[in-house]
Amino acid sequence: MIPVLGLVVGVAVGLVLQPEVPVALQPYLPIAIVAALDAVVGALRAVGEKRFDDRVFVVSFVSNVLIAAFIVFLGDQLGVGSQLSTGVLVVLGIRIFANAAAIRRRVFHA
Amino acid sequence: MPDEQVPDDTPDTDDTPDTDEATATDEGSEAAARPAPRGRSRQILSALLLGLLAFTVTVQLGQDEADSYQNLRSVELVELLKTLDATNGRLTEQIEDLTATRDDLRSSTDASETAQKEAQRRLDDLSILAGTVGATGPGVRLTLTDPTGTIGASVLLDAVQELRDAGAEAIVINGHARVVAQTWFADGDASGSILVSGKEVEAPYVIEAIGDPATLAPAIDFRGGISDRVESRGGTLAVERLDVITITALADAVTPEYARGDS
Repeated sequence: MIPVLGLVVGVAVGLVLQPEVPVALQPYLPIAIVAALDAVVGALRAVGEKRFDDRVFVVSFVSNVLIAAFIVFLGDQLGVGSQLSTGVLVVLGIRIFANAAAIRRRVFHA
Repeated sequence: MPDEQVPDDTPDTDDTPDTDEATATDEGSEAAARPAPRGRSRQILSALLLGLLAFTVTVQLGQDEADSYQNLRSVELVELLKTLDATNGRLTEQIEDLTATRDDLRSSTDASETAQKEAQRRLDDLSILAGTVGATGPGVRLTLTDPTGTIGASVLLDAVQELRDAGAEAIVINGHARVVAQTWFADGDASGSILVSGKEVEAPYVIEAIGDPATLAPAIDFRGGISDRVESRGGTLAVERLDVITITALADAVTPEYARGDS
């Protein structure tokens, strides 16, 4: 229940404050969001399988975000930023789809 | 992938091999083996993270509308630049086309303005000849006295003819009878009066003519001319050269009933 509350509060704060994204963070934010989504979808699947663990969720969330941002940073430094971020997005996308498929099978048995 | 290294004792929430079948088999047993102890603080931490995610997504969505260029990479920017270049070139061509069109229109406007000015000038000239406008200029004033009442329309007509021969451009008799091409002269009912196109003028007759005074005056004065004829009938003829004569009398404009212009 509390996490859902956090979700709602986050949306509300974002809508109310409408802050500018700092320029330094701008390349990393989209990738970080997708990485976090991966963690969230994974957590949803775990909840569905009744093996959700807060600690794992927190750790995987943070590490996902940090590593994704680091990869993009590294790619930008190496001059292959766009290719590398595309790669990260593809991998994260595949993982999100796989987890979503697992959830779907559990929920709809299809 | 970021979250592969998990402690052995905890089932990984989001660790998924790429195929679903594998997941189902190797994680089902682990899940059953472990009931998770849940601290309230951890739940709050998850909530915070989710809130952060929601916040970031919201901000990012708002950001995209604001300035989309900052997130673009160099390749995309180059693409964009090329597109803009192409657009720029197209618009430049359009500007040139339109400028040419504008210049064309402007020159044709100039031409028609010139034509209009020319037409206006002709109109002014012809209006003076037709007597439909007033006129001002240097000229002469003839004053004919007719004490005996013997000066008739023919003398007046002769005087007007002499003035016309000498280049008079606008003529008026007694200030109100404008003399133009269609003007006719006839003796009036009473002696000492003459009809000029139906308007009665009475002696003394004052004929004002605009033209070169140096040409007009001798045309009247010369020996055996109009001056002598007037004097032989007992009248007098005085010629004044004036720098400015203003004629305000107008002739009735005649709309031709039968004649049609050729042009």
